[in-house]
Amino acid sequence: MTRKDYEERPQSGRNSSPAERVLFGSIGAGLIALSLGQRGQVGTLLATGGALLVAGAAMGQGLGETVTGVRRTEDDQIKVEKAITVGMGADELYTFWRNFENLPRFMDHLESVKVQDGDGQRSHWVAKAPAGTSVEWDAEITADEPGRRIAWRSLEGATVPNEGAVEFRPAPGDRGTEIHVSLTYRPPGGTLGATVARLLGEDPNVQIEHDLRRLKRLLEVGHIPTTEGQSSGRKGALKAEARMYDNRRTS
Amino acid sequence: MKAVVWQGVNRVSVETVPDPQILQPTDAIVRVTKTAICGSDLHLLDGYVPSMVHGDIVGHEFMGEVVEVGSEVRKVKVGDRVIVPFPIACGKCWYCQKGLTSLCDNSNPNPGLAEKFWGYSPAGLYGYSHITGGYAGGQAQFARTVYADANLFKVPDGLTDEQVLFLTDIFPTGFMGAENCQIEPGDVVAVFGAGPVGLFGIASAFLLGAERVIAIDRFPERLEMARTYGAETINYEEENVFELLKEMTGGRGPDSVMDAVGLEAQAHGLLGVADAVKQTTRVLESDRPHALRAAIMACRKGGTVSVPGVYGGLADKIPLGAFMNKGLTMKTGQTHVHRYLDRLTGYIQRGEIDPTRIITHRLTLDEAPHAYHIFKHKHDGCIKCVLDPWADPKDHEPTPAPQPQG
Ligand SMILES: [Zn+2]
Ligand SMILES: [Zn+2]
Repeated sequence: MTRKDYEERPQSGRNSSPAERVLFGSIGAGLIALSLGQRGQVGTLLATGGALLVAGAAMGQGLGETVTGVRRTEDDQIKVEKAITVGMGADELYTFWRNFENLPRFMDHLESVKVQDGDGQRSHWVAKAPAGTSVEWDAEITADEPGRRIAWRSLEGATVPNEGAVEFRPAPGDRGTEIHVSLTYRPPGGTLGATVARLLGEDPNVQIEHDLRRLKRLLEVGHIPTTEGQSSGRKGALKAEARMYDNRRTS
Repeated sequence: MKAVVWQGVNRVSVETVPDPQILQPTDAIVRVTKTAICGSDLHLLDGYVPSMVHGDIVGHEFMGEVVEVGSEVRKVKVGDRVIVPFPIACGKCWYCQKGLTSLCDNSNPNPGLAEKFWGYSPAGLYGYSHITGGYAGGQAQFARTVYADANLFKVPDGLTDEQVLFLTDIFPTGFMGAENCQIEPGDVVAVFGAGPVGLFGIASAFLLGAERVIAIDRFPERLEMARTYGAETINYEEENVFELLKEMTGGRGPDSVMDAVGLEAQAHGLLGVADAVKQTTRVLESDRPHALRAAIMACRKGGTVSVPGVYGGLADKIPLGAFMNKGLTMKTGQTHVHRYLDRLTGYIQRGEIDPTRIITHRLTLDEAPHAYHIFKHKHDGCIKCVLDPWADPKDHEPTPAPQPQG
């Protein structure tokens, strides 16, 4: 992102006001206080939720953003920007990404990407949507600088009009390559739709962050670590408690 | 198989659970032949480490024999006798390549949770809550180990289980604690806490060239053990530690001070009570930093404070004024176990250190709840318990029933 982009980006409210932090912190403390009266897993959950809120307050995370996780551009689109450093060269990373059919390997919500015949500029994307449905669209490449940058945008008729870009920048020292991703999209129902989706666990911010981490692990290690299926002394309802903490299921 | 399972604050039990399986091609299954209880397991027992779940298998100091390997495991073979470092290294990321294995970028399957608490996620750890990955631990008859080629270390022939078991954690932890003291010839090192890590810290400080080491604790048997490692001792219940340290060092103060106590330090006076009260809420203060405060105050000007003790969250009233105005350096961290193994194995092979000396109790896995109890309350002169997951409980003397808390 250039300096100019940064200045133009609307205020996200990332840093909360002192009042908000106090409020936020006290919600956390309140949950903890409640948890003290509870035994078993309910207590643990409340306590952990409270601790997370307090930690958030300590780090100055805004209440609004933490609850909704949504950042809007001036024309009411949603913009997500995330970065990660991967210990590989920019050319290798570019090649992996440029083959869009690799994307569903680490983007959890993508079902498939098919590059269409011809000049390879067009592709067909299928994404999983809430409640077992799916969303499909066609996209075209709008910029392609080998080893440096790829940009794309959806074509007319997409349910969720979107555009995105990925940049590969050499990291200092022997740290590998920084991957910077930005996505802009207009969800059905505008911001409200996105807020609702976020509360249902479909937040694009978190998704992209997880996706990039999966990419890093896939490329650096060969697979993504898991505890799914490991042994434990858990029975029945307690499994849900473990799921609260784990991104993956633990049985 | 049998495993030690966390059942809530102050409750661990030995239960029959499913045997572990290979879940990923880089996994290996280890038949655990010796495992130990660590001081940091007590923070789990006491409920100060967030994100433990009922039914979690605990234990992060363990070793054994490889009985099964995944399809991508190359260096490790079935039948190898191995130790398992407690932090999990992927072996590939920048941190692992730099030897900073406890900071591995890739081995924690739950990095989001750690990032909420700490900003960034360190490595996954065995048997140490879901914030560090939720991996099942090794106080069990078998354990699933991950990234076997990067994490399992073959035990050299001629060394017993007990001689190498502590290479998984407390020996390298004490050693890194001493290394973080930045010892120079002639230095005097003070070590708060003469538990297992403190004792290895004392021995390591001498190995690294300290002229004198002063150990601070309140349990006579620990202080006695510290003296056998060559340390001078202070019982903090009987002496004014700050004054005595100053006097013992000609008014200069120790060149470096190690906090080998961590988040559940004992303290007297108003601050100690305030900490204890706040900490019971688990949120107003998650850590009781008394040893850290004392370490910062006692350290000489321009000296180094080394913190191998475990802290989890937020701590109150750290004397930052003293820290800044005296120009101190603080060095901390979970142990990068892997980077120390060759060197420390050498010390053991050459007889320069005998790690088995700190073992006071050898018990069966079935006796784990009792072992936790005597270790926590320092009953029966307990300094370090080693558990044998395969010993028949009938071979052992019956152990006395746990005494009431207190
Ligand atoms: Zn430990
Ligand atoms: Zn790593």
